[in-house]
Amino acid sequence: MILAWLIIIPLAGGLAAWPLGRKNAALTRWISLAALVLDGVLLISFWSDPSSQAALGRGTWLIELNRPWIPQLGISIHLAMDGLSLVLVALTLFLGIISVACSWTEIREKTGFFHLNLMAILAGILGVFLSLDLFLFYFFWELMLVPMYFLISIWGHENRIYASLKFFLFTQAGGLLMLLSILGLYFMHGRSTGVYTFDYSLLLGTSLTPQAAFWLMLGFFISFTVKLPMVPFHPWLPDAHTEAPTAGSVILAGLLLKTGAYGLLRFVLPLFPDAAMTIAPTVMIIAAIGIGYGAVLAFAQTDLKRLVAYTSVSHMGFVLLGIFAWNMTAMQGAIMQMLAHGVSTGALFIIAGMVQERIHTRDMDRMGGFWSTIPRLSGMALVFALASLGLPGFGNFVAEFMVLLGAYRVNVLVTAFAAGGLVFAAIYSLWIIQRAFHGEPREVWKIPDLSRLETGIMAALIIAIFWLGLYPRPVLNTTGPALNMQQRSMPVESHSNAGTMANISKREIIR
Amino acid sequence: MIKHTDIVILLPYILIAGTSVVTMLAIAFYRHHGLTVLITLMGLSGALVLTCIIFSIPILHRQITSLIIIDGYALFFTGLILAASIVVTLLSYDYLEIHDGHHEEFYLLLLFATLGTAVLVASGHFVSLFLGIEILSVSLYALAAYLRHSDRSIEAGVKYLILAAVSSAFILFGMALVYAETGSMEFSQIALRAAASGVHGLPYTAGLGLLVIGLGFKLGVVPFHMWTPDVYEGAPAPVTAFIATVSKGAVFALVLRYFSRVDLHAHRSLFVILTITAIASMFAGNLLALLQRNVKRILAYSSISHVGYLLVTLLASGPLAVSAAAFYLAAYFVTTLGAFGVVTVLSDRDRDADSMDDYAGLAWRRPWLAGVFTAMLLSLAGIPLTAGFVGKFYVVAAGMGSALWLLVIVLVINSAIGLFYYLRIIVALYAHPEEETAPRPALSLSGKAALAGLTLSLVWLGVYPGPVIEIIKKTLQSLI
Repeated sequence: MILAWLIIIPLAGGLAAWPLGRKNAALTRWISLAALVLDGVLLISFWSDPSSQAALGRGTWLIELNRPWIPQLGISIHLAMDGLSLVLVALTLFLGIISVACSWTEIREKTGFFHLNLMAILAGILGVFLSLDLFLFYFFWELMLVPMYFLISIWGHENRIYASLKFFLFTQAGGLLMLLSILGLYFMHGRSTGVYTFDYSLLLGTSLTPQAAFWLMLGFFISFTVKLPMVPFHPWLPDAHTEAPTAGSVILAGLLLKTGAYGLLRFVLPLFPDAAMTIAPTVMIIAAIGIGYGAVLAFAQTDLKRLVAYTSVSHMGFVLLGIFAWNMTAMQGAIMQMLAHGVSTGALFIIAGMVQERIHTRDMDRMGGFWSTIPRLSGMALVFALASLGLPGFGNFVAEFMVLLGAYRVNVLVTAFAAGGLVFAAIYSLWIIQRAFHGEPREVWKIPDLSRLETGIMAALIIAIFWLGLYPRPVLNTTGPALNMQQRSMPVESHSNAGTMANISKREIIR
Repeated sequence: MIKHTDIVILLPYILIAGTSVVTMLAIAFYRHHGLTVLITLMGLSGALVLTCIIFSIPILHRQITSLIIIDGYALFFTGLILAASIVVTLLSYDYLEIHDGHHEEFYLLLLFATLGTAVLVASGHFVSLFLGIEILSVSLYALAAYLRHSDRSIEAGVKYLILAAVSSAFILFGMALVYAETGSMEFSQIALRAAASGVHGLPYTAGLGLLVIGLGFKLGVVPFHMWTPDVYEGAPAPVTAFIATVSKGAVFALVLRYFSRVDLHAHRSLFVILTITAIASMFAGNLLALLQRNVKRILAYSSISHVGYLLVTLLASGPLAVSAAAFYLAAYFVTTLGAFGVVTVLSDRDRDADSMDDYAGLAWRRPWLAGVFTAMLLSLAGIPLTAGFVGKFYVVAAGMGSALWLLVIVLVINSAIGLFYYLRIIVALYAHPEEETAPRPALSLSGKAALAGLTLSLVWLGVYPGPVIEIIKKTLQSLI
C-alpha cells in the first residue's frame, strides 16, 4: 500500500490546497509542501528499511502492489518499485519540494488552482515511475499532461497559449501511438497465450514476429522520444520550457523529460530487445546529432530560458546515447545524467526565473554586470553553468563520462562526435556567464540579491549536484542491480552481439 | 399473442406512454410548469426503476410478438435513454422558465420522443423500427422549433423536418426492397433467408444501401451530416442535448442490433462504403470543427466525428466491439449531456450561450461550472480520469481486435486533431478576465443536480468502470 500512498498523498494535498487558495494563499503553499515532505519521509523510511536494502542489492522489486481494477479487460492496479524507480521517485519528490518553494513568491494569482495542478503533475509522474500495468502506465502518462498544460497556459509568460498547445499536441500524438502499441501487444499476447492482460511481467516474454515487434517497438519508441526529446521531435520543448512559470520549467526539464528516458529503459528495451537492438546504431547516431544540434542552437539564443531549454536537448542526447549504447556503464551513465540534469537544469531555470522576477525580462541583451549588484545570485549561476558544462566534481561530469566510456566500446566515431558536444557545452555555459553576469551593465538595475528562501533553495540544489558528482556510489549501487536484473530477464542471449555485451557489462558494474 | 407476463415486461413502455397521456390531461385542466415537470420526472423515473428491475431478472427477457424484443440489450439502452431524458427534463426547467410562451407541451413532446427511442432500441422488425423512428422524428420537429419567437429555432425545425422526412422515405423504400427479396420484415428472418438463399442480388443490396442512407441521415454521418450543425445551433440547447445523445444513440443501437443479425462482412461493398463513411465522418467532423467559432457548432461537428468513432465498433463486429459500442455510448451520453447542460444553464433569455466570448474567463467567474465544462471537454477529447478515456480506449481496442488497422490509425490521428478545438475552448475558459462582469444568476437546484450527477458519473466511469463493463458484458450475452 505504501506505493499507492506515495501517489495519493500529493494528490490529496493538492485537492486540499485548492479550496484554501482563495482565502489563504500561504496555507496552500504550506499544505503542498507538507504533503511532499511527508511523501519524502515515507520514501526515506522505506528506503532505509533493511529488507528494502537487501532487495536493492539483489535488484528485485522492493515492494509490489497488485489489485484488480478492470478485471474484464485484464487491467490491474499493479505498482512496483525497484532501484531504478526508487532514484527517480526520490528525484521527483526533491524537485517537487524545490518547485513548491520557488513558486512561493512567484505565483500570486490563483494560488490554490496552481498548487492543485502542480501536485497533480507530481502524482502523475510518480504513477508513471511506479506502474507495472501498461494501461495504468498510459493512464498516468496522459494524466500528467493536462495539469502541465494548465500550468503553462495560465501562469506562463507572453506566448503561453501557443506553447502550451504545441506541448499538448506533440505529447498527445506520441501518447496515442503508444496506445496503439500497447493494444497491439495486448492482442498479440492474448492470441498466442489466451491470457488477455496488460500486466508488464506477463507481457515480458511475449513471442512476436520480428516485424510485429519492430512496429510495436516503434510506437513506444516515438512516444518516449517525443517526451525525451530526441531530435527531430524536440520543437515543443524550447517553447514550453520558455513560456512555463519557473516551477513548470523545473518540472518539465527535471522530471517530465525523464519519464521518456524511464519508458525507454523500462519498456522498450525489455519488451522488444531484438527490435530495439536493430535500431540501436541509428539511434546512437541521432543522439550524437542531437547533442551537437542542441548545443549549437543554445549558443544562438538571446532568451535566457530558451538557451537553457536548448541545453536540455543536448543533455538528453547523452541519455539517449547511453541507453542505446546498451551496456552497463553507459546505462548507468544515462541514469546519472537524468539525475544530474534534473538538478542542474532545474537550478538554471530557477536562476532564470529569479532574474526574470527581478528585471521582468529574459533577454540577455539587456542583462550584464549583475556580478556587482547581485553577487550571490551570480555566484550560484556560475556554479550551475559549470555543472552544465560538465566540470569534474559535478554530477554531470560523472554522467557524461560514463556515457561516453560505455558508448566508446560500441561506436568510436559516434562517441567522438558526441564528445565534441562537450566543447559546445563549455561555450554556451560560459556565454551565459559572460553575457548576463560579467561585463559592463547595459542597463542600470536596482535589484535585491537572493532572499533567505532563495538561498536555501540554491543550497539544496548545490548539495545535491555535488553529492552526485563526488559520491555517486549510492546511486550506482541502487540502480546497478536493478538494471542488471532487467538485462538478465531479456532474452537477448540469443543475439550473439548482445550476449557478449551483457557479459562484459556484468563484470564492470562499478562497485 | 400477448400474455399477462408480457404486459408486465412492457410496463416501462406503457408507463412512458401513460405519463404522456396524464401530462396532456394535466395541461388541459391546470397549466403549471412545475407540476408538468414533476409528472414527467415521476413517469420517467418510474419507468427507469421498472427497467432496472426487469433488467435484473433475465428470465423475463423475451420477444413479444415479432415486433418487440425485450432483451438485456434493449433494456440497457432503454435505461440509458430514460436517464438521459430525466437529465434533459431537469435542464429544460430552468431554460424554459426564462423564455416566453407555453412551456408545458415541451415535456409532452419530450415524452413522445423518449417513447419513440425506447421502441427503436427494442425493435426487431421493420414495422416497429419505422414506428419508433417516426414517433421520434415528429416530436423532434416540434421540439427543435419550440422557441417560436426565434428565427433560428424555426429554421432548425424546418430543416430537420424536411431532411428527416426525406430520410424516412429512403428507409421505407429500402425496407420495401429488402422485403421484396427476402419476404420478411423481421431482422432475424431476413438474415436467415438472405444467408440461406444467397440473396445478393441488386435489389437486396440496394435495399440495404437505402436503409443505410436513411439511418445515416439520422446519425448525421458524412455525407449526410449537413443538417447537424444548423439544427444543433438553432434548436434550444436542451433539445440539442436530446438530439445529440438520445436520438443518435438510439438509432445507433438499432443499427448495431440490425447488423449483429445481418452479417456485415458478407456484404463486401456495404462494408467498404461504411468504412469510407466512418473515415470521412471522423475527418470532416474534426477538421470542420477547427474552423468554427460557435460552441454549439463545434459540439455539432465533434458529434459527427464521434459517430465516426462509433462506426468503427460497428465495422469491428464481435462481442468486444458491441460492448465497446455500449460503453462508448454510455460515456458519450454523460459527456454530451454535461457539455450541453453547461451551455443550457449559461444561456439567457435572448439567446443561447454559444459564442466563444460567453466562455472567456468563465473559470474565474463561475469556477464550478467551468470545472464541469472542462471535465466534459476533456472527456470528449479522451483524457484519463474521465469516461471518454475508457470509451476511446475500448473503441480502439475493439478496432485492433478485429485488425481494422486503417480505421484505428485514422481514429488515433483524429483524436489528436480533436484535442485542438477542445483545448481552444478550455483555453478560453481559463483566459484572464478583462473586466468584472455583471453579477451572475445562481444556478437552480435542478440544474445543479443534473450537472453534479453527470460529473460524478463521468469520473466514476473514468476511474472505476469495472462494474459497468460487467453489466454490459452480461447484457450482450442476451443479444444474438
